[in-house]
Amino acid sequence: MKRLLLLGDEAIAQGAIDAGLSGAYAYPGTPSTEILEYIQHSKYAKENKIHSTWSANEKTAMEAALGMSYAGKRALVCMKHVGLNVAADPFINSAITGANGGVIVASADDPSMHSSQNEQDSRFYGKFAMVPVLEPSSQQEAYDMMHYGYDISEKYQVPVLLRITTRLAHSRAGVVVREVKKQNEMELPKDSIQYVLLPSNARKRYKILLGIQPSLETESENSAYNKYFEGSDKSLGIIVSGIAYNYLMENKNENNFSFPVLKIGQYPLPLKMLEKIAGECDEILVIEEGYPMIEESLTGLLGKGLKVRGRFDGTILRYGELNPNIVASALGIKEFKPMQVPDLVVSRPPALCGGCPHIDSFKALNEALDGLSSGRSFSDIGCYTLGALPPYESINSCVDMGASITMAKGAADAGLVPSVAVIGDSTFTHSGMTALLDAVNDKSPITVLILDNETTGMTGGQFSPANGKIEFICKGLGVDERHIRVIEPLKKNHNDNVRIMKEELNYNGVSVIIPRRECVVTLAQKTKEKRKAAASK
Amino acid sequence: MKKDIIIAGVGGQGIVSIAAIIGYAAVEAGLFLKQSEVHGMSQRGGEVSSHFRLSDKEVASDLIPQGKADIIISVEPMEALRYLPMLAPGGWVITNSKPFINIPNYPDIDLILGEIENLPNHLAFDADNVAKELRATKSANIVLLGAASPFLDIDYVKLENAIRLIFGRKGEAVVNVNLDALKKGRDYAETYQLTASI
Repeated sequence: MKRLLLLGDEAIAQGAIDAGLSGAYAYPGTPSTEILEYIQHSKYAKENKIHSTWSANEKTAMEAALGMSYAGKRALVCMKHVGLNVAADPFINSAITGANGGVIVASADDPSMHSSQNEQDSRFYGKFAMVPVLEPSSQQEAYDMMHYGYDISEKYQVPVLLRITTRLAHSRAGVVVREVKKQNEMELPKDSIQYVLLPSNARKRYKILLGIQPSLETESENSAYNKYFEGSDKSLGIIVSGIAYNYLMENKNENNFSFPVLKIGQYPLPLKMLEKIAGECDEILVIEEGYPMIEESLTGLLGKGLKVRGRFDGTILRYGELNPNIVASALGIKEFKPMQVPDLVVSRPPALCGGCPHIDSFKALNEALDGLSSGRSFSDIGCYTLGALPPYESINSCVDMGASITMAKGAADAGLVPSVAVIGDSTFTHSGMTALLDAVNDKSPITVLILDNETTGMTGGQFSPANGKIEFICKGLGVDERHIRVIEPLKKNHNDNVRIMKEELNYNGVSVIIPRRECVVTLAQKTKEKRKAAASK
Repeated sequence: MKKDIIIAGVGGQGIVSIAAIIGYAAVEAGLFLKQSEVHGMSQRGGEVSSHFRLSDKEVASDLIPQGKADIIISVEPMEALRYLPMLAPGGWVITNSKPFINIPNYPDIDLILGEIENLPNHLAFDADNVAKELRATKSANIVLLGAASPFLDIDYVKLENAIRLIFGRKGEAVVNVNLDALKKGRDYAETYQLTASI
């Protein structure tokens, strides 16, 4: 029995590899990044030619996975929760086309927004697309669910969504692994128009999706991941899902209670099990990480006399991630008073690293904008979002990948001239290119700063799909070559950089300034590796 | 046997390495463990912590409940105080006394150290300095792990083995320097315990 010490993310990756994966596709995003990284570092994956390079964004990742599935092979797509918004179009439609080779979409939610702009709950996407959703409570379940997930994906010819949250993604535990399954041979769909979603065929395909719903419910009813634990104290029944199960068990181990417990790990919800717990208990407590989705399904709009406690009635806070203490308090367990944090302790927010090229870019931008009214810099998602905080306070927005350029364009359309967009290299190729095309076609008076640190920095320095291509992309999209300026963000170049920015701010059209200098973190890593390589020679 | 440990510090101070070493040692000892850590944005010089749970039985929660941590190991003194609500009555705080100042409003260090002095069970010393004397400035985290080692209920030899395993690919020199750092920390804790018991 082989036991590995794995993060939740790594358990998903190992599970996929062992379940006969042929290709994994992803764009980095906390807390999902380590899934693809693990496959990239796997010797077995390399030897068996499992695809594992980064995609330009989550949509391209999802579509490539769909192509892999079309060809009959098993595919994995990984992303953070907001990445599923980007991939939503192919994701929803993949439920209509159906899968040929098994497809699992792993989406990692970030309740409490440790590293995200919202805490949306991916389970709703599963319900929306009408595909099975798996929600592991442990690293072992995450691993096992990959095997099971590919089985049901191929059995019902439907993609499967695997939903985890931050704590499971980044928590390590022992995982018992199974024997490796062989990859599928290439085999195209028997129905040559299965993937042609012309209305006439889409209607047919949609009926097929509707037709498998009762089977998916039966599958949930019989699933090893939906478990009913009998209990003698029927004054309360507890429905718990995902990692919240661990917090419940922590409290059960400490304070022996004997309420019936229904543990949910697979959706659509197992209706008979829900009927049983609601039928035999006076009251129901729902404990779920994320939005009150199960809770809402139980009560509906009218409640129908069912007494349900959870996030809606304030038993559990409406927002934020759970922990053992929140669950204890929901159970009415009296806690002793913990020690207090001394008043003098102050928070230590994340900050740009010493020597970070963005620091020089923001200093130059601030000086170049000096004299203009404030509030005209739209930005994006990456380390440079920290430029919103003191001491820089250089940017005024961060909404979604690529929104800096389009928002600057819209604001310029409204008369805010000049408008500035500040976007990173990898974010630019993720979702900024089409935005720039809109601005070029409209001759919008905007200045776009593409901060090129030659990596996807915030998630730990992954390959940037933009590497070495930015000027050519901008030129290709129609930006006037004279207004594509590459600068080096260094202290010694400060005055020149300010001058160049001012020139472009004064230009009544689309300009692109590319401050280019490598991220200090990846540079240090590379220098270290080089030194090591030299020493070993 | 059950040990709940909070490992604290600032992003980049080697919190994850401390956790990885205890992790490997625990696996070798055949213990159950769950360890959660922080990735992403807060790694950029922000406050970071890792919850480490060791037991001879299956561990339920990935997070330690408030008031249940047996030990706080902190590579930075103010960060040690941040997690006091996690500390169990009678729990130990093992911390670096050398502040890491990357914010403009860092409090008076003497007040911070005063708060630590007031804790019933604490061990605070300048681990940066110990590491510097070993010419291993990056090993302050390992020095602190060494100082915490008598409280962990894991064989010291297993921690040494874990260091060999983890730092092995970085070459023998790195392994040795970290073994020295571990030993120095351990010695410090043992001397302290000896004096305390007199």
